[in-house]
Amino acid sequence: MSARHPGSHVAAGSDDSNDDGEDLPTVRPYAVAGGRRAPSATELPLEALVQALSTPLTGMTRECRRILELTASGWLSVAELSAHVRLPVPVARVVIGDLQRQGAVRVHAPVLPPADRRSGTADRREWVPTSDRRLLESVLDGISTL
Amino acid sequence: MASAPSETALEAAPTTVKIVIAGGFAVGKTTFIGSLSDIEPLSTEAAMTEHSVGLDDAGGRDRKTTTTVAMDFGRIALPGNLWLYLFGTPGQDRFLFMWDDLVRGAIGAVVLVDTERLEQCFAAVDYFEQRGIPFVVAVNCFDGIARHELDDVREALAVPAHVPVLYTDARARPATKQTLVTLVQMAVQQLAA
Ligand SMILES: Nc1nc2c(ncn2[C@@H]2O[C@H](COP(=O)(O)OP(=O)(O)OP(=O)(O)O)[C@@H](O)[C@H]2O)c(=O)[nH]1
Ligand SMILES: [Mg+2]
Repeated sequence: MSARHPGSHVAAGSDDSNDDGEDLPTVRPYAVAGGRRAPSATELPLEALVQALSTPLTGMTRECRRILELTASGWLSVAELSAHVRLPVPVARVVIGDLQRQGAVRVHAPVLPPADRRSGTADRREWVPTSDRRLLESVLDGISTL
Repeated sequence: MASAPSETALEAAPTTVKIVIAGGFAVGKTTFIGSLSDIEPLSTEAAMTEHSVGLDDAGGRDRKTTTTVAMDFGRIALPGNLWLYLFGTPGQDRFLFMWDDLVRGAIGAVVLVDTERLEQCFAAVDYFEQRGIPFVVAVNCFDGIARHELDDVREALAVPAHVPVLYTDARARPATKQTLVTLVQMAVQQLAA
């Protein structure tokens, strides 16, 4: 008998409170973000890659300067930048989004399925299979050679 | 703008792919990621949204603040300019909704299991099963000892027949590598199906 199906399920993913960015508190990281709405996880996924197009400019915040330094010689992901600059992911997204708008960085983001399909929470299939078979096979070959 | 990085540095961004490493508290997720990652596993705050909790003790009882959850990850460069990211899930069940960000676009997931605390992986198994996300159940052999038959684990978890259940050792690269190979094979099969 399965121990996993006693009847009461955790409603996985049914918490709808994860709207980004409204009512940002005034703790310091959000001062960095200037209270602006964070680009969504679909617009700037954790694995989106960032590269500097400019050197740090005077007047830029410490975080912006650091991101430009870190990405001057190669790509780094949103997740890595968030960790290195010690900003929570949503705040890092705001800063990176700003840099992108200023033309100071470029972003290479995978195309992901949309974040919010709020119609019918019972069947929220946000995950869409990676349809690129050749990509999967390259990954498989690559891991096999590790 | 002046002094842009050299043109060669601007060439071809790697193609990124990701795999989610899920499982209960202290089941070996970070160790698993570290066994394969090119970089020392990094940790960041995947912030949650606002809660009405006191931020400071000086009477600010109704101030909204943010609970943040640490999430760690590693990166593996693969031939063909491919970067594979391994994202560890925040452990506790109550952060399950945050997983949506992690799994969007992922190849699939490894659910790490400690057979001494089997129930800790139920939420993860439910989550991936409900969404049709390819996943494997990897029993972490603490101290290299398999204490439970895989068939028993499969039965207790009631995972579908097509979901691989295998032993792994979060500290041992050959084992963690094989775990990922099994997952990606499964993802390829699921695509063909
Ligand atoms: N003996 C043994 N110890 C292990 C193994 N895997 C993990 N550990 C230890 O178990 C502890 C927890 O491992 P972590 O990798 O931090 O687990 P985690 O799932 O990332 O933990 P949280 O992020 O806190 O939920 C650490 O002290 C590890 O060294 C294993 O296969 N064998
Ligand atoms: Mg961990």
